[in-house]
Amino acid sequence: MSVPTNIVPDHTSGLPNGPGAAAILSAGIGSFAVAFFAIAADKSSFVKNLFVFYKPTGALSGETTVAILLWLAAWAIFDWRWRKRNVSLPRINVIALVLLGLSLLLTFPPIDDLF
Amino acid sequence: MEIATRSLWTLVHGMGFGALYLLAGSGAIVQLYLRSSTEAQTQASPTSHRFLGIYLTVMAALAWLTVLTGTYIIYPWYRAAPPVGTVNLAGYPRSLLLSNPATRQWHSIGMEWKEHVAWLVPIVITAAAVVVIRYARDLRNHPQLRSALLGFVAASLFAAGIAGFFGAMLNKNAPVDGGQTIQLVQGE
Repeated sequence: MSVPTNIVPDHTSGLPNGPGAAAILSAGIGSFAVAFFAIAADKSSFVKNLFVFYKPTGALSGETTVAILLWLAAWAIFDWRWRKRNVSLPRINVIALVLLGLSLLLTFPPIDDLF
Repeated sequence: MEIATRSLWTLVHGMGFGALYLLAGSGAIVQLYLRSSTEAQTQASPTSHRFLGIYLTVMAALAWLTVLTGTYIIYPWYRAAPPVGTVNLAGYPRSLLLSNPATRQWHSIGMEWKEHVAWLVPIVITAAAVVVIRYARDLRNHPQLRSALLGFVAASLFAAGIAGFFGAMLNKNAPVDGGQTIQLVQGE
C-alpha cells in the first residue's frame, strides 16, 4: 500500500498527527484483515485448516489471531515511522474508514458468497 | 431458581460485557460529538479529558472480554458436533438451527456474520482509546483526528449492534444450554 507521508501542518504545537494516523490506519488494516481471512478460510479448505489454532473454535481462532497480530505489527511499524511527523490525515482517514466499511460489508455472508 | 453454567456464561458474555458495551457506546459518541468543535475541546478540563480516556479504555476492555468469552468459551459449545444418531439436538445449537429450513439462516447468516464482525469492535475501540489517552488536551489541535475517532466509535457501535442483535436471536432460537446447574434461590 502506498502510504501518504507528505508533511502537512495540521497544528502549530504539541504532538504531531503521525501517531494518531498510525493508530487509525492500522485499525483499518486490522479490521480488513479479519474480513479477508474469513473469506480466504471460507473459500479454501487448505487455508481453513491452517487457521485452526484451537480446535473447539475452529478456523475462527486462527483468522482472528493472525488479523490481530497483523494489526499490532502494522501499528508498531507506522508508529515508528510517523512518531515525530505530520502526515496527510484526511487521506489516511478516508483509507481507514473505507477499509472499515469494506470489513463490515465483506463479513456479511451473502457478500462473502459472491466471491 | 437455578441456571445452567452455559446459560450463565452466555448471560455474562451478552447481557454483561456486550450489553454494557452497547450502552457505553452511545455515551462515547455523545462525548466525542460534543468535543467535535475546537472551541469545545479548548474549554474541556484536564479531568474531562482523563475521564474520556478512562471511559474508552473501559469500553475497550469490555469489547475484548466480549469477543474472548464469545469465541473461546461459548462458541465451542455452540458449534459442538452431536454424536452420530443423536435425535434430540437441544444441546447442539448449530446443528439444531441447521436441521430446520426455517431456522437455518440464523446460523448461515446470523452466526457467520456475528462471529467475524464482532472482532472489528475491539480493534477499533482500542485504537480510539489509545489516541484519546496519548493526545489528551492536544486533541484540540487535531480536528481531523477527532472526526476519525467519532467515525470509528460509531462504526464500532454499529458492528457491536449487529453482533448483539444476532446473539440475542440465536439464543432465542437455539439457546446455548447445559452443564452444571447452579441453584440461585432455594425452592420452598
